[in-house]
Amino acid sequence: MLNISGIHEGYVLDHIKAGQSMEIYHHLHLEDFSGTVAMIMNVESSKMGRKDIIKLECDLDAIDLDILGYIDHSITVNVIHKDKIVDKKILKLPKKIKNVIKCRNPRCITSIEQGLDQVFVLCDEDLKLYRCQYCEEKYSPKGK
Amino acid sequence: MRHLMSPMDFTVEELETLMDLANDIEKNPDRYSKVCEGKTLATCFYEPSTRTRLSFEAAMINLGGQVLGFASADSSSAAKGESVSDTIRVISCYANICAMRHPKEGAPLVASKKSLIPVINAGDGGHEHPTQTLTDLLTIRSLNGKIGNMTIGLCGDLKFGRTVHSLINALVRYEGIKFVLISPKELRVPDYIREDVLEKNNIPYKELERLEDAMPSLDILYMTRVQQERFFNEEEYLRMKGFYILDEDKMKLAKSDMLVLHPLPRVNEISVEVDDDPRAAYFKQAQYGVYIRMALILTLLELV
Repeated sequence: MLNISGIHEGYVLDHIKAGQSMEIYHHLHLEDFSGTVAMIMNVESSKMGRKDIIKLECDLDAIDLDILGYIDHSITVNVIHKDKIVDKKILKLPKKIKNVIKCRNPRCITSIEQGLDQVFVLCDEDLKLYRCQYCEEKYSPKGK
Repeated sequence: MRHLMSPMDFTVEELETLMDLANDIEKNPDRYSKVCEGKTLATCFYEPSTRTRLSFEAAMINLGGQVLGFASADSSSAAKGESVSDTIRVISCYANICAMRHPKEGAPLVASKKSLIPVINAGDGGHEHPTQTLTDLLTIRSLNGKIGNMTIGLCGDLKFGRTVHSLINALVRYEGIKFVLISPKELRVPDYIREDVLEKNNIPYKELERLEDAMPSLDILYMTRVQQERFFNEEEYLRMKGFYILDEDKMKLAKSDMLVLHPLPRVNEISVEVDDDPRAAYFKQAQYGVYIRMALILTLLELV
């Protein structure tokens, strides 16, 4: 049994789908993160079968977790303060998503302009509908 | 500093102010003939559009200003691979205001984010063409006396026609608007217009295939051209192109004060015999296009 110690201050992202933690690592830009990161992958879970967990040792205002609401709002975000879970953050869909998804409209300026951020704006919270900021094309996840 | 990307950038009240200014320009052109002296408009047209470009240039010249620009991507640095962001930074050094047409959707928005001067979207792919919508609104208000409490028929290519989509979006903000959408089933308005705009705003609308059935109820008839470039198949284009032709016989079915609008250029969808009908307003519409662009230039340059 592999043990990872608890954290004193920061976040524990639990109930991540098994195998999705690397994607979250990139979207949270953890490669540039100054705090300690523990990624625990393929852990047995009574609820999910297998899951991933990410632990982030940091000040509570050191990271913006809004994007998790877009990636998977069923992820549990435990807020840790002085070694204890003090809160569970409710994930909301972010109003804007930057450089996470790409516009697939071949007529969109993002298809040719160099160095342009891919920005999507939340248009309908109930439908989880995002539109490209530039061409306003709806974003549909692959295969949908 | 303010830009114009979409007709929805202006509130209904701001549009009223803009149209009041356009009507004042119409009545008192001399008063405005020198207000842009020393100012320059850049027309950056990455795809050809003689009509819109000349309308902008006429607007600036009528205001006493100067114009410079390019009329196709081939004659600009885009051919050398320059980005829109870089081009607008350079144009900002040469001109006071820029009208940009680009085949890529969202290009004028990209420009506006880097620009030091106001940017007007003069058409971006199939996305927006706000100055056409402002022209349509001014034409309706000027010739009809008001915008609201009217039945508007939109006829032709309602699927790909961006002018139609923009106009519907702009008109649903006014009271008492009803739409009659006249098109072959292949060219009906996209679902998002029907669901997200018309149904969401509880706007009454009918969809018809026969123009004759719609004519008696209309206060405005907005004709559109079937655009050849939207079709992969020549045969299909030719069939759609001949689907609606507004002629004298159909005009007999219409109200005596109905207005016929068309963003132009037309191909064959309005017979030339209709041009002499007092209800044919499409050439006046082109004139209103210059007035509204003059009002827009003055507003964005904060000269009023």
